[in-house]
Amino acid sequence: MLLVEVSHLVKQFVRGGGLFRRGTTITAVDDVSFCIDEGETFGLVGESGSGKTTTGRCILRLIEPTAGSVRFRSEDVLAFSPARLREARRHMQIVFQDPYSSLNPRMRARQIVEEPLIIHRLGDRATRRRRVAELFDLVGLDPAHLERRPHEFSGGQRQRIGLARALALNPSLLILDEPVSALDMSVQAQVVNLLMDLQQQLKLTYLFIAHDLRLVEHICNRVAVMYLGKIVEMGPTASLFDTPQHPYTRALLSAIPVADPDAPRERIVLDAGKVNRNAALREIAAGHWAAI
Amino acid sequence: MLEVSHLTTVFDLASGPATAVDDVSFEIRSGETLGLVGESGSGKSVTAFSILRLVQPPGRLAGGRILFKGRDLLALPESEMRKVRGAEIALIFQEPMTALNPVFTIGDQIAEALIVHGRATRRDAKTRAIELLEAVRISNPDARIHDYPHQLSGGMRQRVLIAMAIACKPSLVVADEPTTALDGTIQAEILDLLREMKRTLNLSLLLITHDLGVVAETADRVAIMYAGRIVEHGPVRAIFHSPQHPYTRGLLASMPGAVRGQRLRAIEGTVPILGAFPPGCAFHPRCPDRFDPCAGTPPPEYAVGLEHGARCYLHDSHRSQVVSHKSTGSSAASIPQPPAPSPQPPLRHDPTDLRRGSPSFDVAQDGREPVERPERVRRGGGRPPV
Repeated sequence: MLLVEVSHLVKQFVRGGGLFRRGTTITAVDDVSFCIDEGETFGLVGESGSGKTTTGRCILRLIEPTAGSVRFRSEDVLAFSPARLREARRHMQIVFQDPYSSLNPRMRARQIVEEPLIIHRLGDRATRRRRVAELFDLVGLDPAHLERRPHEFSGGQRQRIGLARALALNPSLLILDEPVSALDMSVQAQVVNLLMDLQQQLKLTYLFIAHDLRLVEHICNRVAVMYLGKIVEMGPTASLFDTPQHPYTRALLSAIPVADPDAPRERIVLDAGKVNRNAALREIAAGHWAAI
Repeated sequence: MLEVSHLTTVFDLASGPATAVDDVSFEIRSGETLGLVGESGSGKSVTAFSILRLVQPPGRLAGGRILFKGRDLLALPESEMRKVRGAEIALIFQEPMTALNPVFTIGDQIAEALIVHGRATRRDAKTRAIELLEAVRISNPDARIHDYPHQLSGGMRQRVLIAMAIACKPSLVVADEPTTALDGTIQAEILDLLREMKRTLNLSLLLITHDLGVVAETADRVAIMYAGRIVEHGPVRAIFHSPQHPYTRGLLASMPGAVRGQRLRAIEGTVPILGAFPPGCAFHPRCPDRFDPCAGTPPPEYAVGLEHGARCYLHDSHRSQVVSHKSTGSSAASIPQPPAPSPQPPLRHDPTDLRRGSPSFDVAQDGREPVERPERVRRGGGRPPV
């Protein structure tokens, strides 16, 4: 079943400008359309500045899109009133990249996880406490550490706190914006496993935003590649990684460093001048689209 | 070229002295790339700074010897050391945004490096700067030398740093995470450039990184650091095809890529922080193959192959014969592994274990991760080796 439907999403930022001067318009997200099925992990990859984070935030309206539409369970998110939007956010939550700056250092872990419940006026004090303890357990944190502050946790544990907070309201969609890229490599796998376990257990749908293509290939069902604000290729993971069609996707995949000194290396360099930026996406194989 | 022996760097923290680099020895030969791999806090950057004698208080060099072309760098007076830095050993920093001075043009900054080391006069420094920018493939270098760092992209800034590093024709370049802040395709270009520079200028390269993929592509030999010590070192193929330390095996096995959608084979626990390194082998609280001696004295280095060494008691034939269980499946390679004992009762209940840590040290205090993870590791133990 369709959970999220993004169509012709556009987000422009105005840079510079002032009282007497018009700024320059930058199109961060340029006519982006995709949909996410319930229970699926949809990957959004691209380099910094490609618009993947902006796209994720537009879905939650943490950033207001300039044009286009976002539908969540067939309802138009962009038409929601502030009260209705708050209600809708119960069902879609975000986990941020940096576990060091995304948690309030002055709050205790328990307060951080409990806050969404208070904002949404759910349960009394006792039920909230029970729920927080339950969430701690769910993400693999020790309930004995409820009263600690963020700096007393390691990076991996902080990301677990961020995850517990995002799960507090029982959402169906989680937007994961580079959830493990700030973590040490020996800890990344733990958090990735936790994400996969939680998805099964809670029937979650993930929008997984990342630049680590090895990881995206591992956990996503479908992937969209963004380049300069547009989706240039989109398709089932196997199809996209095994037979990339767009020159940018090919360059991106060939740049992945392989942890095998004997792996064949064939670097494909992108000739930016040869990319037709106006090409429309067309279906080249079942569910596999490329702007060529 | 460079021979580091028993290097020890200590940080005098409020909680007492903490050994960030602990008895580290390695060598880099002429024209060779050594990949120094480690996670945050493993001491890999401190090692680099120690070589250049750039460790700032509260850190201090507490022992060891660094022979560079036959001279002991630790015995040189500071004025002599200054002639080595930049001229004979160059450093490329991780963060190209902050390593350049924002108020000078990049041409001026490259020229400064040349003039300071007497490699060019003020007059021909400009021509030389243009040549260098050309060498690192910056297009239109005549105009670019007048640019300020903020006018360049991250990849271009890293190219400028490489140009500065090679300006005085050093024989050794120390590159500290040179591509970490860069995007995938740019990272690939910079690595290609480094390789090319190394070849054409016959440089030796000390490449410090946490990315095993980068190391596999770039290094001739690899040293793996954990909690201040080199736990394994060897030729790049040996390290990747037949890793001999459980930490190296664990890292390789935990990388995504084996089977899509499968749970990853995670290493349990968290990375220890400086000042709270576990006693004995610092990896033992997280090690699936730990046995009795691991928590005692730190293991010495055992030869496990040609120019291949590992600091792990599994390779001590006397000790590891005592326990003859089969390995729990930490092997990452298809090559037969030495007999590896299965995990013994969790060491975290040992009161002498890790309790000397600071409050934020959580391998010991976080009861959750070490308890929960081994179960999962065991559950996953039936999976075929990678």
